[in-house]
Amino acid sequence: MRITQGTFSYLPDLTREQIAAQINYCLEQGWAVSIEYTDDPHPRNTYWEMFGMPMFDIQDAAGVMVEVDRALSEFPEYYIKVNAFDSTHGWETVRLSFIINRPREEPGFRLDRLEAEGRTIRYSTHTYAGQKPAGARYGGGETA
Amino acid sequence: MGNQEAQQSSERYRAGVLKYSQMGYWQPDYEPAETDVIALFRITPQEGVDPEEAAAAVAGESSTATWTVVWTDRLTACDRYRAKAYRVDPVPGAPDQYFAYIAYDLDLFEGGSIANLTASIIGNVFGFKPLKALRLEDMRIPVAYVKTFDGPPTGIVVERERLDKFGRPLLGATVKPKLGLSGKNYGRVVYEALRGGLDFTKDDENINSQPFMHWRERFLYCMEAVNRAQAVSGEVKGHYLNVTAATMEDMYERAEFARELGSVIIMIDLVIGYTAIQSMAKWARRNDMILHLHRAGHSTYTRQKNHGVSFRVISKWMRLAGVDHIHAGTVVGKLEGDPNSVQGFYNVLREDHNPVDLQRGLFFEQDWAGLNKVMPVASGGIHAGQMHQLLHYLGEDVVLQFGGGTIGHPMGIAAGATANRVALEAMVLARNEGRDIWNEGPDILKAAAKQCRPLEAALDTWGEITFDYTSTDTPDFVPTATAS
Amino acid sequence: MGETGRQHQPPAGDEARYDLAALYEASDIEAALASLNAEMIGLEPVKTRVREIAALLLVEKLRNDAGLQADPPALHMSFTGNPGTGKTTVARLMADILKKLGYVRKGHLVAVTRDDLVGEFIGHTAPKTREVIKKAMGGVLFIDEAYYLFRPENERDYGKEAIEILLQAMENNRDDLVVIFAGYEEQMERFFSSNPGLRSRVAHHIEFPDYDDQELYRIAELMLGHMQYRLSGEAEEALRDYIHLRRQQPGFANARSIRNALDRCRMRQAKRLFEQRQRSLSATELATIEAEDLLASRVFDEPGENRR
Repeated sequence: MRITQGTFSYLPDLTREQIAAQINYCLEQGWAVSIEYTDDPHPRNTYWEMFGMPMFDIQDAAGVMVEVDRALSEFPEYYIKVNAFDSTHGWETVRLSFIINRPREEPGFRLDRLEAEGRTIRYSTHTYAGQKPAGARYGGGETA
Repeated sequence: MGNQEAQQSSERYRAGVLKYSQMGYWQPDYEPAETDVIALFRITPQEGVDPEEAAAAVAGESSTATWTVVWTDRLTACDRYRAKAYRVDPVPGAPDQYFAYIAYDLDLFEGGSIANLTASIIGNVFGFKPLKALRLEDMRIPVAYVKTFDGPPTGIVVERERLDKFGRPLLGATVKPKLGLSGKNYGRVVYEALRGGLDFTKDDENINSQPFMHWRERFLYCMEAVNRAQAVSGEVKGHYLNVTAATMEDMYERAEFARELGSVIIMIDLVIGYTAIQSMAKWARRNDMILHLHRAGHSTYTRQKNHGVSFRVISKWMRLAGVDHIHAGTVVGKLEGDPNSVQGFYNVLREDHNPVDLQRGLFFEQDWAGLNKVMPVASGGIHAGQMHQLLHYLGEDVVLQFGGGTIGHPMGIAAGATANRVALEAMVLARNEGRDIWNEGPDILKAAAKQCRPLEAALDTWGEITFDYTSTDTPDFVPTATAS
Repeated sequence: MGETGRQHQPPAGDEARYDLAALYEASDIEAALASLNAEMIGLEPVKTRVREIAALLLVEKLRNDAGLQADPPALHMSFTGNPGTGKTTVARLMADILKKLGYVRKGHLVAVTRDDLVGEFIGHTAPKTREVIKKAMGGVLFIDEAYYLFRPENERDYGKEAIEILLQAMENNRDDLVVIFAGYEEQMERFFSSNPGLRSRVAHHIEFPDYDDQELYRIAELMLGHMQYRLSGEAEEALRDYIHLRRQQPGFANARSIRNALDRCRMRQAKRLFEQRQRSLSATELATIEAEDLLASRVFDEPGENRR
């Protein structure tokens, strides 16, 4: 399957030029760009691993692309996303977040149902990849 | 009191009938205080009624006056409680209408109560005979009063963080047909739309608990659909479960069940009333629930320019009362809304601070004092082929709802959802790259459609549909008018 | 991804016309060059060089459009001269010109010295250097006293690592980064000799001569004007003498030294006025520097004399 988290997941995977263009847009807005990666793509997994700090004071996407390239080469079998943080008053949150890399195969999720009182069901989403230990979840056991 | 003042007072309060402007309700030299609530009324006086007298009458009848002098006034600090009409301007282009500015002392109102605010200002005056027509056009709520309200329980920032969705409008669809589906069939529509790519689906405003579907069935089947769609996509999904009911007790019962089933969002209709809305807002905050408001029934009083309450005022009240979503117009869809007015509503809901903007119908500077932002919802006759116009007019912090545009898709509901989602993402991508989406929009959509059959089909089916009628509610202003 | 890439088109036939004047106007570098003339005193050889380089870049752009450029243009530079001769100011200007001609995308200047690039312990240097490079991408990296990067006497020195990373960036990110190395002439020469890889990449060289007496005087006048001071007649002469003497003494940093000297004059003026505070002062007195405020300087001491 294909996890459709992030702003552009319904489009074909972004090319390098498209990624840089989006990063340029973020820098123009004055946002700080950061890179995160994970092998646990559960929708409620808020905290992916940080690939370095958010990059403040960068003027041009080329500077960020250095880190993007490093992340892509170090974690080819992980989900990797680019975030942009806005520090202005009234926002102080992420303004853009999109996936730039995914493992070759995405087994996806299973829905677990626990029958409770009446006709109520308690649901929980279970990541198939999560059955394997961290670092060995995708692409045949490549470690972090 | 000196002798002269005593003399004037006894004149003033002698039994009989005085003009309102003589009773102290017309004060052209009055400077509104920082803490005054200010209302702007559009008044159409009856023939022979002087506009200042009409304005004073509105001030009087919406504060302390009655049609004749009463001695009991003198037991109170009545000067303070009188609303003051301090300015009357003719409406540009409408010879029989006037804008009347009226200031109300903060003491007139109970803190944190929309019911009281509205009963005070519009509770008495609209049927008043000397006026042919009356409309509450805009209001300035002082920060001192804003601070007594809790505001939206969630707000745009937290909603996005909970859904983990940033940088694009959210997508929704109302389940169609409006009425008649059974619970299981209803859930099917929800599942298809969500798995196809929408973020939300929605109960319609009149879906409560009817013979064809009890509310509990709907809740159970919808949550099954929502969770299935979540597992299939990896995204957080939601369905606005309508908890509107006959009594608060019933509403709480329904809301509790929604929470128990793990829904992220519930929905209420405007017709439950201001008190109920505030109660539900409190409940939503306590239970970490997003609160969606359908503005059912508003057009009965918001649509005609000369009489009623403007939707911009309703928006302000709803932000104070505390809703997270509110339908606010689409500009290009099937329902009323000219671009400037609609942008005015959106600004009132979404911005931290509204400057005076006569072009968009905002007569007052309004500081929201850090109150959460409301996510406007655009719903009604819009389709994927309008994506560039929607993004241009409405920005990215909005929920775009494509009911017919999803469910009526020739390739099925999921395909309809996918078409909308692909169109949206492609348009946002292009906008961020710096392209001129207003002019290149159709080309961007066509290019995206080449890699997405559902979008291609959507454009073929609806590409030419527009709703072009003259708007009944447009702002009245003179381009060089100064701030109030 | 710069805008000047290789073009593998065959050279156009001579019927095609290439408009240098139009490109010059469109690029708006005239304004940049004009501000160089207006704001900087003297520096004639520098201004000439800058104009030459600008002309070269302009023509290279045109040649590129005509399909004649084989290699991407060489943009890295070195600026040599004593401190206080305007190197950083010209670097900023050069960044602006490069941006207007489309050779860099954003045109900002990141000015650093060795300490910004080199770490104090193992593993500290690489991230430090990389951070600086990232911030400079899309613009110009100005490295002052670049020769301090290379300290062969100290085998535990990490400067070499910084140089290697810099070289790599200059190679791999040609379209993203322009580097200007700056410092004293002699030391820069030694630096490049021991780093031939760097020297081969630096295409343009500008020498910044010291200002002469008259130029320094004019700089002093400009500075005083900005600070809202004026010189008395005798003070003017004292200043000329001061400049002439100071230039010959060691550690003279041109405009910077003038600035420092004027600041000291202001102190002395303030002290002098304070000692006369019983009487009220006119605006002119508040604004005027007297000769004694200058002559009190140690620069005027006879050798062996110690006035402190």
